[in-house]
Amino acid sequence: MGSRASTLLRDEELEEIKKETGFSHSQITRLYSRFTSLDKGENGTLSREDFQRIPELAINPLGDRIINAFFPEGEDQVNFRGFMRTLAHFRPIEDNEKSKDVNGPEPLNSRSNKLHFAFRLYDLDKDDKISRDELLQVLRMMVGVNISDEQLGSIADRTIQEADQDGDSAISFTEFVKVANFFLILVETEVSLLLRLVSNS
Amino acid sequence: MSGRGARGPGWGLLLALALALSRLPRTRGIEEEPSGASQGFQVVTFEWHHVQDPYIIALWILVASLAKIVFHLSHKITSVVPESALLIVLGLVLGGIVWAADHIASFALTPTVFFFYLLPPIVLDAGYFMPNRLFFGNLGTILLYAVVGTVWNAATTGLSLYGVFLSGLMGELQAGLLDFLLFGSLIAAVDPVAVLAVFEEVHVNEVLFIIVFGESLLNDAVTVVLYDVFTSFVALGGDQVTGVDCVKGIVSFFVVSLGGTLMGVAFAFLLSLVTRFTKHVRIIEPGFVFVISYLSYLTSEMLSLSAILAITFCGICCQKYVKANISEQSATTVRYMMKLLASSAETIIFMFLGISAVDPLIWTWNTAFILLTLVFISVYRAIGVVLQTWVLNRYRMVQLELIDQVVLSYGGLRGAVAYALVALLDETQVKEKNLFVSTTIIVIFFTVILQGLTIKPLVQWLKVKKSEERQPKLNEKLHGRAFDHILSAIEDISGQIGHNYLRDKWSNFDRKFLSRVLMRQSAQKSRDRILNVFHELNLKDAISYVAEGERRGSLAFIRSPSTDNMVNVDFSTPRPSTVEASVSYLLRENVSAVRLDMQSLEQRRRSIRDTEDMVTHHTLQQYLYKPRQEYKHLYSRHELTPTEDEKQDKEIFHRTMRKRLESFKSAKLGINQNKKAAKLYKRERAQKRRNSSIPNGKLPTESPAHTFAIKEKDLELSDPEEAPDDAEETSGGIEFLANVTKDAASDSPAGIDNPVFSPDEDLDQSILARVPPWLSPGETVVPSQRARVQIPHSPDNFRRLSPFRLSNKSVDSLLLAEGSEERPHAAPPESTHM
Repeated sequence: MGSRASTLLRDEELEEIKKETGFSHSQITRLYSRFTSLDKGENGTLSREDFQRIPELAINPLGDRIINAFFPEGEDQVNFRGFMRTLAHFRPIEDNEKSKDVNGPEPLNSRSNKLHFAFRLYDLDKDDKISRDELLQVLRMMVGVNISDEQLGSIADRTIQEADQDGDSAISFTEFVKVANFFLILVETEVSLLLRLVSNS
Repeated sequence: MSGRGARGPGWGLLLALALALSRLPRTRGIEEEPSGASQGFQVVTFEWHHVQDPYIIALWILVASLAKIVFHLSHKITSVVPESALLIVLGLVLGGIVWAADHIASFALTPTVFFFYLLPPIVLDAGYFMPNRLFFGNLGTILLYAVVGTVWNAATTGLSLYGVFLSGLMGELQAGLLDFLLFGSLIAAVDPVAVLAVFEEVHVNEVLFIIVFGESLLNDAVTVVLYDVFTSFVALGGDQVTGVDCVKGIVSFFVVSLGGTLMGVAFAFLLSLVTRFTKHVRIIEPGFVFVISYLSYLTSEMLSLSAILAITFCGICCQKYVKANISEQSATTVRYMMKLLASSAETIIFMFLGISAVDPLIWTWNTAFILLTLVFISVYRAIGVVLQTWVLNRYRMVQLELIDQVVLSYGGLRGAVAYALVALLDETQVKEKNLFVSTTIIVIFFTVILQGLTIKPLVQWLKVKKSEERQPKLNEKLHGRAFDHILSAIEDISGQIGHNYLRDKWSNFDRKFLSRVLMRQSAQKSRDRILNVFHELNLKDAISYVAEGERRGSLAFIRSPSTDNMVNVDFSTPRPSTVEASVSYLLRENVSAVRLDMQSLEQRRRSIRDTEDMVTHHTLQQYLYKPRQEYKHLYSRHELTPTEDEKQDKEIFHRTMRKRLESFKSAKLGINQNKKAAKLYKRERAQKRRNSSIPNGKLPTESPAHTFAIKEKDLELSDPEEAPDDAEETSGGIEFLANVTKDAASDSPAGIDNPVFSPDEDLDQSILARVPPWLSPGETVVPSQRARVQIPHSPDNFRRLSPFRLSNKSVDSLLLAEGSEERPHAAPPESTHM
């Protein structure tokens, strides 16, 4: 499978992706074969339906939001490059990357980009704020049906109160970073695990 | 142990009864003959002898079961002391009493009873409820621990003991190297019964759990072979053993283990095949499961293959097909029966381990030997685990960390299997049998009671050390959970973890051949739908789903659960159920009621804030969906949890499907031009239908308005649920929602207005607008109401509909359910519109 995939992927394209995303050669090949296996239409792009076919996403409460994150504004197809760009957010930060290239463009997998990815899942109207309503929507997705809306509302209020520093009753990105940043440390181990898998299998 | 004290007078009575009965046989035996001969026919005879054995067995089971009730009266005790330890202690006490009264040890756990009657149900249960995917995912690790680990434990323990023996520390023992190795081999194996009894109560992660669990099951083959090999070597005598015998031993390992496994698979095949044809004998269906599995056990035993492996694999392999073939009731019966048998067997085993220990005849004390055995099994277990883990971690995807290793080594409990094996030894060949028996009992007690007691605190202590003390903030909790979900999703998008290829091959093979042969036609069909909808969910299904809905004239399944509840509640009871009422809301109300002076108010508020915080945290903790890794099915011998995770999956699945349908529907109706157009169209249609459905062409204005006023609030509350639906709309959806949310935020503080409801509409219409356009006029209102009252979406009924299967997730069953629920629920909603 891997060899077939790599022949289909042009070398120069592979190099570019490598440069852009920081994935290794084998990781890209592996993900490309995954990409092609998802691509039921076999037209080199993935549609929302292609993603929706992944069974586990149907039972992921945030599944559809995450699918949306793969699609650039206003488009409903994503090519391999875009696919990789989104995945690259989840590539772990490697030790040697931390020091080098301070001046260059921020790599996709930087901490703040990761946070931004998560932030965008909440911030639907893209005003760089998570409003109460946006938070409520996500909350509603993430809790069981037997929690009352009243409770949920009060949870949302509290959550905003806790994070809100400038008193605008919304969570801005900076506020979000402050409250969410530390998970990355926890999460990163998991993520690095994930992408090691990608390279291994 | 306050538990013993708490048993009170009832226990005294029971014991006295048991005692009296156990003493009876001797006296009866003498009297019986003459009385029968002299009196001729007697109306009532006391035939104790006749019923003695089963009676005593029944009594013991009763005692053990009652003991369990008593243990669980105090949650404090059982949360600290594992039940197995309590049972052993109870056994010791009972045995002590019996012995004190009788001066004979009348009851003991005999190997025959143990291996033929007590062990099979436990192992079958383990196999039948084995989390297959987890098990096979970690099979390599499990096998390494089970095979290499057990051999290592046996060899090192045996050799070290022998070494110490040579140094003279143990004094004179009539034992050679082979005896020590034999002892080592029977004491080496981690026991499935004991391990599970303890691990169930310690909440370790699933991987760790399955490793210890799997190891304890699979190491049986090794134990059996080592045991057999060494007993025959001992019988031969040390000098007679040749290299050929050793080779034979190794060969026999493969024969025994693979043979046992194959035997299990073969019987599983047979079992699955049989259950395929039990349609007309539903009542005895569950029986097949037990009888055929048991036969696999006995057959392997007969062929001296590994019986435990056979029955384990029989359970593992048949579960899928059997569950698909047998009826729901039978499935429930099988589950409960299995748990009942396993749980009782376990209880009896532990109690009898205690009772068996009260027999002065078997006790031979050798301090050095016993202490050293304890030290060696613990130390070598730890060393073995560390070494193996070191090797494994180079290959494993999920690393086993230090804490895991500690738990792994500490969780190496020995149990009844070792005891039964040692009791089987032939005293004429193994001169030190009694010492071995005593040591084994000590080891079992030590591991089950002491390690069982301490493992929980140990795990907690280690965990606490790892994670921080402070309570995470709400934001952390929430966003952390969101992160977990994101990660799961990314993981799923970028492909499955490991073993991908093999699993694909297998499921292909399974679908093409096995399922065809082993599953009923109906089950196959529904499986295809159930599982494939679930696993190969795609738009095509959704299309047929909608089309079906159109055809049937109802889109009941698109209703949102919360709305359902609300409306449901509205119709049946005047107020929403108190369970749903927010605790924090109540707390807040309290504040306003006792507003006395500002100071105390402030204080109170602060404390209430804390309480509220706690409540909020608690709610979140309880209700946030768990990410995939956290809720994977674990095995529990005593509990049949209504599988929280399945419920969760169902809920999310329903939502996702609903969203996709919504978006699909709107795409079909031309959402991209304008959602509003579609909405208007719908409303128009609905309006028309409504008018036509009411005879005099007038809207009933008075009473419904009132009803809807209540509903308005509820609907508003439930709106956050609706809004995301639109958010997922293809392409234009997001911008659309952005507008909506902005609007909504400005004029509605309580929640997001559903875009379907615009403020200028009267509510009556907005409700109607929700009725899909393709409904036939006659059903205008009723079906939509029915849909809301309808069962599948209220959480409690997820389970009732189809308690243990995925079938709720299938399109078919939903529709079926809809059909079947139609009648009972059609009536009440109607009344509100009269």
